[in-house]
Amino acid sequence: MIDALEILLQANFWAAAIRIATPLIFGVLGALICERAGVLNLGIEGIFVAGAMAGWLSVYLGAPLWLGVSVAAVTGACLGLLHGCLTVILGLSQHVAGIGITLFATSAAYFGYRVAFPTVTTPPRIEPFQPLGLSFLEAVPVIGPALSQQTALTWLAFAATGATAFVLAKTPLGLAIRAVGDNPASVDAQGLSVAGLRMGALAAGSALMALGGAFLTMSAFNAFFFGMINGRGWVCIALTVFASWRPGKALLGALLFGAFDAYQLRLQTLAGGAVPSQLFLMLPYLLSIAALILVARKADYPRALMKPYIKGER
Amino acid sequence: MSAPPPVAASVLALRGITKRFGALTANSAVDLTLHKGEIVALLGENGAGKTTLMNILFGHYLADEGEVLVASSEGELRPLPQGSPQAALDAGIGMVHQHFTLAENLTGFENVLLGLEPLFGLARGRRAMRRSVEALIARTGLSARLDVRVAELGVGERQRIEILKALSRRTRILVLDEPTAVLTPQEAEGLFMALRTLAAEGLSIVFISHKLDEVLALSQRLVVLRAGRKVADRPTAGADRALIARLMVGEEVEVERPAPVHPGPVALDLAHVSAGSGRTRLIEATLALQQGEIVGIAGVSGNGQSSLAGLVAGLLRPESGAITVLGRQGAASPAERRRDGVGRLAEDRHRDGMVGDMTVEENLVIERRGEMPFSRLGLLRSKAIRAAAQEAIASYDIRCPGPDAPLRLLSGGNIQKLLLARALAGGPRLILANQPTRGLDVGATVGVHRRLREAAEAGAAVLLISEDLDELFALSHRIAVIHAGRLTPVVDAAKLSAAEIGLAMAGEASSGFGAAA
Amino acid sequence: MIRFEPRAQPSLLLRIAIPMVAALAALLLSLIILALTGAPTGRAIGLLFAGAAGSVFALTETLTRATPLILTGLAAAIAFRSRLWNIGAEGQLYAGALAAVAIGSGAIEGPPWLMMPLVCLAGALAGGLLMLGPALLKAKLSVDEVVTTLLLNFVVLLFVQMMLEGPLKDPMGMGWPQSAPILDEAALPKLVAQMRLHAGLVIALVAALLVASLQRATVLGFEMRAVGGNASAAGFAGIPVAATLVKTGFISGALAGLAGAGEVVGLKGYLTSDLSPGFGYAGIVVAMLAALEPLAVVPAAIFIAGIFVGADTMSRSLGVSNYFADLVVALSLLCVLVGSLFLRYRLRRVGPA
Repeated sequence: MIDALEILLQANFWAAAIRIATPLIFGVLGALICERAGVLNLGIEGIFVAGAMAGWLSVYLGAPLWLGVSVAAVTGACLGLLHGCLTVILGLSQHVAGIGITLFATSAAYFGYRVAFPTVTTPPRIEPFQPLGLSFLEAVPVIGPALSQQTALTWLAFAATGATAFVLAKTPLGLAIRAVGDNPASVDAQGLSVAGLRMGALAAGSALMALGGAFLTMSAFNAFFFGMINGRGWVCIALTVFASWRPGKALLGALLFGAFDAYQLRLQTLAGGAVPSQLFLMLPYLLSIAALILVARKADYPRALMKPYIKGER
Repeated sequence: MSAPPPVAASVLALRGITKRFGALTANSAVDLTLHKGEIVALLGENGAGKTTLMNILFGHYLADEGEVLVASSEGELRPLPQGSPQAALDAGIGMVHQHFTLAENLTGFENVLLGLEPLFGLARGRRAMRRSVEALIARTGLSARLDVRVAELGVGERQRIEILKALSRRTRILVLDEPTAVLTPQEAEGLFMALRTLAAEGLSIVFISHKLDEVLALSQRLVVLRAGRKVADRPTAGADRALIARLMVGEEVEVERPAPVHPGPVALDLAHVSAGSGRTRLIEATLALQQGEIVGIAGVSGNGQSSLAGLVAGLLRPESGAITVLGRQGAASPAERRRDGVGRLAEDRHRDGMVGDMTVEENLVIERRGEMPFSRLGLLRSKAIRAAAQEAIASYDIRCPGPDAPLRLLSGGNIQKLLLARALAGGPRLILANQPTRGLDVGATVGVHRRLREAAEAGAAVLLISEDLDELFALSHRIAVIHAGRLTPVVDAAKLSAAEIGLAMAGEASSGFGAAA
Repeated sequence: MIRFEPRAQPSLLLRIAIPMVAALAALLLSLIILALTGAPTGRAIGLLFAGAAGSVFALTETLTRATPLILTGLAAAIAFRSRLWNIGAEGQLYAGALAAVAIGSGAIEGPPWLMMPLVCLAGALAGGLLMLGPALLKAKLSVDEVVTTLLLNFVVLLFVQMMLEGPLKDPMGMGWPQSAPILDEAALPKLVAQMRLHAGLVIALVAALLVASLQRATVLGFEMRAVGGNASAAGFAGIPVAATLVKTGFISGALAGLAGAGEVVGLKGYLTSDLSPGFGYAGIVVAMLAALEPLAVVPAAIFIAGIFVGADTMSRSLGVSNYFADLVVALSLLCVLVGSLFLRYRLRRVGPA
């Protein structure tokens, strides 16, 4: 029992928690931006895969790390725009289109990987992002060393949280995005483009989702594996509801989730072989479902979520 | 403040506007000129072409023929590019729709700001904006709380935000589409004061309405559309109700009064019932309704009517008080209510009445799907369904491609006939008619009224919930008013005037209702 | 300027033509992508068709592959018709397979006439019960069923792995995480000698007929369509919306569970954790290609199965990855989604006046 509590005081534990949380922060922010504009983006799981693959592959082919990050973001944005063409322009079902984007992005990434590496069995490696090792942070107990172990992409996720919160709350663009997710007629009547705003939100949101994937192949690991996303995208969709579409709560929710996940991993080692490992591996998914149920009664969905806007119809 | 000059310059001219939708001509060679500082009333029955004309002005539709001219800043009339809402906004045309275009998750002030600031900038100049909106409020009396989320505002306040929003865009021409439909007479009076002030400052106003008294009180000029054509364009001075009504309908209309009745046993009995939540909550309602009579519930939408209707329809449970519907005490499900003999018409037929992708016949039998002769042992019996549908189609004159056509292909009037046929099937002893003619044309309205009257004469109790005073007077034997969730006592309709109901709808104590209490 | 105008009622021809054109478009797009990778496209097309339908063996393989796809396609079609977005057919399939081996590999013994229906029922029951959770959460607490069913897919797969490494592990399996084999009495008979095609196909076809008549001819089917068409109006008309959603969920899950049971007792004979190459997700594509019509699910499933089987052959001969099949399937979904627009709207050129 003492061991189980001591974990909470280890810097390594918190470092792992933040590492697990980082892709989720990107993903939840991305999903939140799309949903605030009124579009459910279930392409998220596939966009994670495509971002992970595209970013990693460009670096493998010789691009600098940050160029790889940009390639991932652009890949995500393109998939977001494809989702937008189907759901915003053509007004098709956001559920089915999103599943379609996920299937397409996943199969395209896997197929692309096999085209590039037809026969390899051990995944090719790249030199990933290194911890920034911010020595001035080391003085802060537990959290300091945990933060100093993080790479630049984690700090980018923190920055993206602040930027998203600022844009949504304090700028004309944020005002318009919040309005279009509540009542698209309100922005249309004021001469703003409903489709333009939603497409923009989808592109930006999906770019962030792709960064979540890129973090996995370019920072957390150094290679691309099949099945490495493993439902992280869906977890983000659940966390978005849990965070009631607020960037600050999204960060908190992702960190909480990361801490929980890191904790169960350590408990798993403590438990040895006494408990089947799958039971621990199920926990993140069950936790996400529990989070959804917990907030179900008071969830305040954006009013126009999943409702296509067709001019002249009410 | 000086009086407007006798001959003001034209700010807007619609010339020869024609718009066809397939075989239907919505507008036929309509001309309309608007001068600076003028209030013009645009009148017409539902379907006369008012909304189409305004949608062309705003670039939502393209006219098949004709042009729209707007005065430039030098005062010269220039063609407005058609089919572009942005061009209309830039030319200084503002519109207040019947359905508000407000984002409810934003505050009133944020709604005003939408689209006024450069999209990709920082929020600069909000303080100056704020001062000018506050100045506008002070000048016009269009008071509204600017820092409260719109979701928490009432209808009147929302409309004032909507007008402030339009005026904040250097609007020179303001179009109001049925602005008083949702207002109490007192709120409407406040609105008129503000509009007169604004017109005196040089704003040109087009006021769409079919309420004759308002038009006479507010406008300087009348333009009447009938079946897509302009049939009158004259000064308001010298016109009266009868004249305008004749212009709109094309013939003399006479208001029919319901025949007196000999009420039967009590069909609906509410004693101090509270139910629902939020702004539509019903509070301590007491009401008794007997078979054979029509009782009208007057009130502006959103004052508790939907909770009252929900109790009777079986969608809502009472929180306190006693409710008895056709002998059943307390709450019941929609299916139980129907089996007890309650016929129900939904307030919003598109939302609650119809399944558009299912067929006419399926929609007709949806309430009785599980009963003989339409099914047995869980299996549908298509012959019986078809026969019942054909009979309803014939006797209610439902115009449709056939009983197996999807319901969404039918017109609003025919859909309402179908829903009426469904509600009246099996001879209900209590009929809930919630806004039964909203959005229907004159012909369809007359048909619905006739059916409700016949049902009452045949011994059914009818609970008529309506915003339309003409309808209430035409059908009801007794009337109560609902305001802020509270019902007044029920009063004999013959002893009431429209003014007394208006006061009660605004929540003012009224002698008519007070005396009955 | 081109505008969409609502179409009154699409003709039957159009309703059949649109999914077929969409499927061809998806195939064409995938072949273009294939050509871009430098593969010999002409040969690839030939191999794809030969592999899917070039011989009796190829045809039976395609039908074998179509069997679970018909059932997962029906699972998606019936749920989506009620606007219950069950994306969890993959998990329900595994739950069904697990239940089938749990009772079919020796826990109960009996004659074939008892064992065969019993294992199939067990599979259907397990799938149906698994879907009850998300359906109840949706109906009672309006918890989004898309996310819950998707997440449960991962939970179920882990649970299957746990069982295969634990209580259900085959003692004779030489350490492999697989279940003990299904008893001969519980195994479904083969339909064609020497081939893998099994009686599961018959079950799937009967299921398609049953679902079609359920939707058209029963009160429950009426209620399911009404709830999907307009839940609010259905509730006003006295249809118990929540109960209907829960029943729909159970039937949908049961169909997917049956697919899993069929794979185990008809084809594989035992359970591993790689039983399904995404049958659950492909079922969504099948349902959309079939425009949610139960009878149209059958040809749609055969098409998708043909793509999978043909791509296997192609990939063996040309060294092209068989993720190609997944690409075709994904593009089919996107193309048919765009195509569905033409069912409700027609394109009309609108000139300025």
